[in-house]
Amino acid sequence: MDGFAAFGIVGLTTAAVYAVIGSGLVLTYVTTGVFNFAHGAAGMMAAFAYWQLSAGWGWPVPVALAVVLLVLAPAFGLLAERALFGPAQRLGQAERLVMTVALLSGLIALARWVWDPNVPRPLPTFFAGRAPLRLGPATVTWHQGLTMVVAVAVAAGLWVLLHRTRTGAEMRATVDDRTLVVLAGGDPVRASRAAWILGTQLAALGGILIAPTVTLDAAQLSLLIVSAYTAAVFGRLRSLPLTFLGAAVVGCTESYLTGYLPQNAYLPGLRLAAPALLLFLALLAFPHRRLRGSDERAGRAPVPAWRGTALLAAAIVAAGTVLAAVLGEGDLVTYGPVFSLGLVALSYVPLAGYAGQISLCQLSMAGVGAVVWAHLGADGAWWALGAAVAVAALAGALVALPALRLSGVYLALGTAAFAVVLDRWIFTLPSFEVLGVRIALFDQGSVELAGPRLFGHRLDGGAELMVLAAVCLALATVAVAALRRSRYGRRLVALRDSEAAYATLGGGLLVAKVAVFALSAGIAGLGGALYGMQLRSVTADQFSLVAGLPVFLVAVIGGLGAIGCGLFTGTAYIGPVNLLVALAPGSQNLVALLPGLAGLGLARNPDGLIPAMRAGVRRLAQGLTARRGESEVPVEWWGVRRPWRPEDGEVLARGIAGS
Amino acid sequence: MASLEVSGVTVSYGGNRVLDGVDLTAGPGRITGLIGPNGAGKSTLFDVVSGLRRPAAGRVSLDGRDVTRLGPARRARHGLARTFQRLELFGRLSVRDNLLVAAELGPDRRHAARAVTALLDRLGLEHLADSPAGALSTGAARLVEVGRALAVRPRLLLLDEPAAGQDGPETERFAALLRSVAADGTAVVLVEHDTGLVMDVCDEVHVLDLGKVIAAGTPAQVSRDAAVLAAYLGDA
Repeated sequence: MDGFAAFGIVGLTTAAVYAVIGSGLVLTYVTTGVFNFAHGAAGMMAAFAYWQLSAGWGWPVPVALAVVLLVLAPAFGLLAERALFGPAQRLGQAERLVMTVALLSGLIALARWVWDPNVPRPLPTFFAGRAPLRLGPATVTWHQGLTMVVAVAVAAGLWVLLHRTRTGAEMRATVDDRTLVVLAGGDPVRASRAAWILGTQLAALGGILIAPTVTLDAAQLSLLIVSAYTAAVFGRLRSLPLTFLGAAVVGCTESYLTGYLPQNAYLPGLRLAAPALLLFLALLAFPHRRLRGSDERAGRAPVPAWRGTALLAAAIVAAGTVLAAVLGEGDLVTYGPVFSLGLVALSYVPLAGYAGQISLCQLSMAGVGAVVWAHLGADGAWWALGAAVAVAALAGALVALPALRLSGVYLALGTAAFAVVLDRWIFTLPSFEVLGVRIALFDQGSVELAGPRLFGHRLDGGAELMVLAAVCLALATVAVAALRRSRYGRRLVALRDSEAAYATLGGGLLVAKVAVFALSAGIAGLGGALYGMQLRSVTADQFSLVAGLPVFLVAVIGGLGAIGCGLFTGTAYIGPVNLLVALAPGSQNLVALLPGLAGLGLARNPDGLIPAMRAGVRRLAQGLTARRGESEVPVEWWGVRRPWRPEDGEVLARGIAGS
Repeated sequence: MASLEVSGVTVSYGGNRVLDGVDLTAGPGRITGLIGPNGAGKSTLFDVVSGLRRPAAGRVSLDGRDVTRLGPARRARHGLARTFQRLELFGRLSVRDNLLVAAELGPDRRHAARAVTALLDRLGLEHLADSPAGALSTGAARLVEVGRALAVRPRLLLLDEPAAGQDGPETERFAALLRSVAADGTAVVLVEHDTGLVMDVCDEVHVLDLGKVIAAGTPAQVSRDAAVLAAYLGDA
């Protein structure tokens, strides 16, 4: 009984932190429409800043707290609103989501740069010297008590703010209709800023309260947010009381799993993955949404021309061959993943670019492919590569199930939760048997991967594997182009543009979504297998959610609707990064920041760089001078708005003649 | 047998009844008008018939088969197609591809490309075939939406304000198109604020007000109905 109560107290303490962080998340989301994936990272930065001031520089705790909570956190929230998310209001939900992912990735990189992850940074709990309080059978430390008191105070404070103040009324009104707020003399911008400031302060408060009880690690602390996400999803991202209830469920579940989960090799990861599993289940329990109508802000998905596609494929193979010929064995390992990670990035094109399904678990799918190849392809049999693709596709189809109910932020959350479950639990499992078949994953460490056999010869050298990866990327690029030109490609774009219209024409959402998730996961699985072959040995960490974020960001920056996305991402992610590090070894941390920084600039070019580059090349080819000479007469008399073309004259003449 | 039979359909949002026991029938080769003031529940009724919204009570039958529990895709496979009050074009696809997606989902996908070319010609949209649908003006976009619905060769066609944004001559051409569609044996249900068009082309008109059918009959009967006049002009 004492144990049960003790775990209950620990659970409620953790729940209090999740409630504080989750309420900040909900407050920002409902007021601004931005679901901030970097909310936990803001808390993480606050925890590090608090450690720096109090433990690092020895400032008194109250001063350090005041500086972090009353100066740094509000300044960060205000900066985020003014510089990033305020201007991003005109963007679609997906683009805004990507910007927060970029901020998350950038903040983790920044924290690792400033605070060396290899140095332990213990942080004392509040009132550490005082004897704990006894409440019946339970013992409550002063830190635990303080945390729960803070959560109650936050709940009361938020209620007063939202229901008893002008700012709160403005915030609630902004949720309903920004335009009406302006007409009523309110200021939605002020309300948004207040929400960002307060939301960041709550994240900072949560980060500081939980930091003494966990390892001060940038990624770990940022991903504690998964638990706060779960709490917020319990509240449907709108209700603060239900968010607090959700936090209690998550906190107590984690705590009781720690206390009562049977001791065996398969279950420790389950406790770590429990919040993500709960998040996944909470999302699945969402009521069926109405089918999504047209999305006017969706990015473009141009139909690739065969000639351009063939040129691109040839360029990929040529680049692979040249690199294989000129690079030394060491550089081949460094730059080899250009094409294999390019395949992982290419998997986003049909999924996100055409069908509009945001997935944050594509690198996890690559991990599945790598593991399957490691165990089945040890003797180099080609069928094992097919098996790697097939198993990854199967895992992708599994992810598609929540996609039937979810879209936008919720789908991104669901796929992130799936990735976390794989990272923390599934990939860490020892081998096990299902129906007499032994299934091994990363063997709780690393797995070795060798190349396939071709005509009796083992493709094991870095050069051979680079050419193989380039050929695979080229073929996959052609296949994706063929897909976009096909009936199925048209259907995917139609699905993205209007689910409601697609369904009322007889289009099956289940088949289309499951197929595109499976297809893209299969491509990612192939990329993962090749990536593993090139690295020769891989661990689960190389396929984690955090590792996958920069790949996703660079793919978005390239343009998810363009078939050149794979080559662009592989080159941009691997090339300049390693080149900069080779030229200036001290720049490693700065380089890690680049994808995040580039993602934050997405507001300037939401369609990505590839369409902009292509348009630039086209303009160059046509001759800028000649273009300027053309008249820009809108041909609205046809019902279409675009510049005048020479052939329009003929149509006009025919029309006049016929009238 | 009627192509469409709606009986006792009720829909509530919160405590507010948007549709209250609505009955409606539409037969093959006939154009049935559905009119009423804004907020009367016309588009909601289309959502219920096409399967986008589940009614709290009532029944929807297509060609005598109860489809109340079927989703929108399965109803479409039973021969139902619709347009939307708020345009739902596939904006990133060309006009031709919009129609092609529909034709390939229809009963004769092998000849989809040829059917689409013929349909573009019939609607006078050949010159826009390769334009992105998202770049069209409202009038042209509504016509493309009608074309997309026709491309699945429906037996029942629900049109939600298809003539909005059209001028006089365009409306006349559209009226001729509707008559030819009905002449092919398709049952057409038309929601339209242009009462002139409704009275001109419809064989029968149903009038909705505050979620209830307040009148039904031929255009001439409905236009003289006191309840209809009160709904449109007020009791004064």
